[in-house]
Amino acid sequence: MANTMQVDLVAPERKLASVQALEVRIPAASGDMTVMPGHAPVITTLRPGKLTLVTSEFDQDYAVTGGFAEISTDGVSILAERSLPSAEFTQEMHAELVLEARRAHEEAHPSAADITGKFLADMEALGSHMFG
Amino acid sequence: MPSLKDLKNRISSVKNTRKITKAMQMVAAAKLRRAQEAAENARPYALRMNAVMTSLAASVGGSDSAPRLLAGTGKEDRHLLVVMTAERGLCGGFNVNIAKKAKAHAAKLRAEGKQVQILTVGKKGRDALRRELGDLFVAHVDLSEVKRIGYVNAQEIAKDLLQRFDNDEFDVATIFYSEFESVISQVPTALQVIPAKFDAPEDDASVSSLYEYDPSEEEILADLLPRGVATQIFAALLENGASEQGARMSAMDNATRNAGEMIDKLTIEFNRTRQAAITTELTEIISGAEAL
Repeated sequence: MANTMQVDLVAPERKLASVQALEVRIPAASGDMTVMPGHAPVITTLRPGKLTLVTSEFDQDYAVTGGFAEISTDGVSILAERSLPSAEFTQEMHAELVLEARRAHEEAHPSAADITGKFLADMEALGSHMFG
Repeated sequence: MPSLKDLKNRISSVKNTRKITKAMQMVAAAKLRRAQEAAENARPYALRMNAVMTSLAASVGGSDSAPRLLAGTGKEDRHLLVVMTAERGLCGGFNVNIAKKAKAHAAKLRAEGKQVQILTVGKKGRDALRRELGDLFVAHVDLSEVKRIGYVNAQEIAKDLLQRFDNDEFDVATIFYSEFESVISQVPTALQVIPAKFDAPEDDASVSSLYEYDPSEEEILADLLPRGVATQIFAALLENGASEQGARMSAMDNATRNAGEMIDKLTIEFNRTRQAAITTELTEIISGAEAL
């Protein structure tokens, strides 16, 4: 079995990465998951977090804020709503995202407070993952 | 008969106009390339998104628990038309064509006794529709300050739409924009975004049964549908951007050519008038000499 798989990371505005990877660590909604070649086909949503691409030459981290990942037999495609390579992701951007999430949480309908609260917590945790 | 001076002035003024239209054409050409690139870059995301949503919608769509964004409100009485045009003119029929399409659609819906609301994006469309349909306007999105259309802009419009939908202000939302076909052809297009409509997948069921879902299909779909609206609006905005520049480019190309023709015509007239003046003068001199 091939030991690499095709991974595409796309944002609405551009394609961020399209590489042959050994593994990819995805911040899935229900917990982090590591995908390696030959993974069972899964579609999952993403929570804000750190996504790591591991290739034979380098490891690359990306900050993602949401979206979904489609893991199929021919590869992985990750559709991230907002995503940046870790080098381009700054403390200020993170602060802004947290502020946005907090505002959404405060304005949210009580019935949605669980979801927005979790989103806020994930967003805050993203900082410690990326800068820690 | 205009004097030589008048003709000279006109020629120089048309020459200036030609310079301006030529410059605008070149600027539009440069912007068009960038706009096309942006549209190209956005395509993979939109395609993937659509593919996944189509397969999900096919498997969840029939059930009672289908999200409202997919199933709709169960009525089709109130329509929201989102008319997306440019912020600036001088781009041939671009804005007018979109406005015309929206107008025809609104007229058709009203003839059927449906309620119509209009949300405009871009100043020119608003101006074009104001006289006839101004009383139906509910909101306006101003993008004149935006230099480069980003996903954020689309998200804002989508958020506004979804909020209105949640507040039960309309049943069906349709966006109007211009699809970019080529520099000389832009096709005004109407696309229904709420409730979401998908083409039937070719090999239905096989896709959804292949995957595991985490969380459940319904939850993923509920999460994706609002994003799908934003993605569609984003794609439309980018298409519109490319179309606008394409339309402007060909409009300005025509204007430049027309100015050139006009200059040729005026130059001939100028030469003729000058020749006539010289001839008259000569005749006068000769007849004066003969008289002596």
